[in-house]
Amino acid sequence: MTDILLDSLPPAKPANYLEEGHTLASWLTTTDHKRIGILYALSITAFFFIGGIAIGIVRLELITPHGALLSDDQYNRLFTLHGIVMVWFFLVPSIPTTFGNFLLPLMIGAREVAFPRLNLFSWYLFVAGAVFTVYSVIAGGVDTGWTFYTPFSTLFSNSHVIAAAAGVFVAGFSSIATGVNFITTTHMLRAPGMTWFRLPLMVWALYTTSIVMVLATPVLAMSLLLIMAERFLGVPIFNPNNGGDPLLFQHLFWFYSHPAVYIMVLPAMGVVSEIFTCFARRRVFGYSAMVYALLGIGVVGFLVWGHHMFVAGQSPYANLVFSFLSFMVAVPSAIKVFNWTATLYRGQISFEAPMLYAMSFLGLFTIGGLTGLFLASVPIDIHVTDTYFVVAHFHFIMVGGTVSAYFAGLHFWWPKITGRMYHESWARFSAVTTFVGFMVTFMPQFIMGYAGMPRRYHVYPEVFQIYHVISSAGALILSVAYLFPLFYLPWSLRHGDRVGKNPWGATGLEWTTPSPPPKDNFPRIPRVDVEPYAYHPVGQSADTEGREPHRPQREDA
Amino acid sequence: MNLSDFTAEASSHAAAVDRLFYVLVGLSIFISLAVFALVLLFSLRYRRGSRAKRGPMPKFIQREVEIGWTCATFVLFLFIFWWAAASQLSALTPPKNALEISVVAKQWMWKVEQPNGVREINEIHVPADKPVRLSMISQDVIHSLFLPALRIKQDVLPQRYTYLWFTARKTGTFHLTCAEFCGTEHSRMAGRIVVLPPADYARWIEAQPEKLGLAREGEALYRSLGCSGCHATASTVHAPDLNGVFGRSVHLADGRTVTADEAYLRDSILLPGRDIVAGYEPVMPSYRGIVSEEQMIRLLAYLKSSSIKQGAEP
Repeated sequence: MTDILLDSLPPAKPANYLEEGHTLASWLTTTDHKRIGILYALSITAFFFIGGIAIGIVRLELITPHGALLSDDQYNRLFTLHGIVMVWFFLVPSIPTTFGNFLLPLMIGAREVAFPRLNLFSWYLFVAGAVFTVYSVIAGGVDTGWTFYTPFSTLFSNSHVIAAAAGVFVAGFSSIATGVNFITTTHMLRAPGMTWFRLPLMVWALYTTSIVMVLATPVLAMSLLLIMAERFLGVPIFNPNNGGDPLLFQHLFWFYSHPAVYIMVLPAMGVVSEIFTCFARRRVFGYSAMVYALLGIGVVGFLVWGHHMFVAGQSPYANLVFSFLSFMVAVPSAIKVFNWTATLYRGQISFEAPMLYAMSFLGLFTIGGLTGLFLASVPIDIHVTDTYFVVAHFHFIMVGGTVSAYFAGLHFWWPKITGRMYHESWARFSAVTTFVGFMVTFMPQFIMGYAGMPRRYHVYPEVFQIYHVISSAGALILSVAYLFPLFYLPWSLRHGDRVGKNPWGATGLEWTTPSPPPKDNFPRIPRVDVEPYAYHPVGQSADTEGREPHRPQREDA
Repeated sequence: MNLSDFTAEASSHAAAVDRLFYVLVGLSIFISLAVFALVLLFSLRYRRGSRAKRGPMPKFIQREVEIGWTCATFVLFLFIFWWAAASQLSALTPPKNALEISVVAKQWMWKVEQPNGVREINEIHVPADKPVRLSMISQDVIHSLFLPALRIKQDVLPQRYTYLWFTARKTGTFHLTCAEFCGTEHSRMAGRIVVLPPADYARWIEAQPEKLGLAREGEALYRSLGCSGCHATASTVHAPDLNGVFGRSVHLADGRTVTADEAYLRDSILLPGRDIVAGYEPVMPSYRGIVSEEQMIRLLAYLKSSSIKQGAEP
């Protein structure tokens, strides 16, 4: 793909980052944050489809209640594979490692991330983790669920727990390295005049996410290490027969894994904040409230892990405290939804594919967030824990939210990354299909979950078959919607229209440099003298129809 | 099997949970529709090129609106929390007269012991309108007993008792299943709970093969395992008297005072070196691997019954 772009550019211009080398070695040894972003994008796309195939087989199996297709063990290994791959090898790295890597330096007016070689190293760590995990699959799979609950995982499972845990352990260090890199970059490399409250919300989201990554991931690493120690060396930590405590693992695991939900969804909030403002031609409603909401979610998100354990044998008074904190963490999320909605007020709204994806994020995240209130209420949670209600809830947040935002960002920044525009009507088609497929897949799961259908069930009572059939039909629609971009996006590399610096007329610094950007991002480091999203004067609203006038975040533009 | 085996409101607790649920559903629909309606309205009215008036933003719209909906959301969530929590608090402790049924979970089966020693597999018979307390323990991994028609579940842990209590109001047969992933046949670890009118329950118990009752069987074990050799008052070994021990405060050698509940008695049998009673030597051997979970249930039943005899329990 690089050749095409090379031919197209006038010779006088500085070479773009894609022209800096065409060999495989030039990619595998690159320290350019943009190229590393693309390495990540290719890796996580592969994992998205591995995880997708696993759940495709599971959904096919669940069309009949009696387990006609798979054995119990095969089924258990498939849903575990889906969970581990989707959480650690797609959702957690998705937006930060691809758009974060590509855009963070561009958005703050820097030439690189703070530690370019550490950045490349973190990709290699990710790949090493992936190798362990792929090995565990080829060797026969893991059957613990992505949660690795003890003592099942340490004493009873006859599957490749150590390899899978080692994979997640190593990939965790990749997260930590990326987090450290982003925090340092945001603190040290902002362009002159890019004060904290002139940062685009995407940068704030990545910054908050990085802090959560750095603080939470070590706890995951520790708990996985303890699992390996107990399973491999017989060190009694979680084994109750030797005085260990199996619930200790759940506390450690959720101390990471609840903040991990915010690692997955905060960057998504950043992405859609960029898109709503651009396509409504409006300043974001309540910029500072949006920033504090991100930080608030990041902090309170650390204090709610116990809501995963309401039926685990935890003190009922602890349940009440965690319930209260879970309601509190929902407040900033609600504020964000209201602010995005209010950003549309008096705008000049257009509905290109990124906007459609962002709007479906808004809808699905709202439903996901509201059903979170059910789960924060102790009596309802006791009934629906470990049922399909919970499955539907977290898919609304992670797939309806994060994956929609990922696709929104992919289409929004595609012209910046590749220099070519994707095919608009195909992209709109897949955006709408995604939303429809998603609703058909997961809405029935709320109903059967509340009726009492437990999750991770290979065979199930016949009364639930109708819901499973609808859900599987939705999954088919969803898979078409997710496969389609795999064809039209690469197609656009050859046939898409060439774009200039700023095809969307957006205000961010990344749009003031050529598409694709040169290796060092900016010919001259920009000087920032204005807050983000200056699509119209303060106190006004979006008065004119065109892309202009808007005020890019730099003086000399 | 009917959907009502799952969704019937078989207790007043179930009805209360449903009430809370449907109010939250209504509220969620209201909030979603409000957000979606606004998005739709703005999308139509302020679509690019529409004639709708834009112009300067009204002054109040930024700060006041932001503070307004932040406070409104906070108060609303606080209210739901209070409502959900309040309905939970009253149900924390089971009534004293609850019928105690023991449940032992193992991969992939539920073993049930009625108070009189009648055993059931994957089935629990209970009387209606009488509080029932399930005392549960696992032999291997973590399981979770889920009774959808009663809207309750509780994880079942190895080496630790957990409890679930309810008063069924509706007679009939309802679903019972494992909710915590526990290995290969997790999805087959299901059964049923049969709620009978109290008279029918009594008749059903009578019709089972004759049993001594858990406490009597426990008394026999107490002798055959050798407990009585040391703990009897006439014994030459200096060991604590266990008559009426259940529910009593026990002073330990390290200065702590604990209540002799099921967990304490169980630990003292399996890990006797851990909590030494003040004034005694740690001479008792461990019964770990010797006493099965079913035998433990019987031993504890015996220790509790001797407590009742002594009048230690109010």
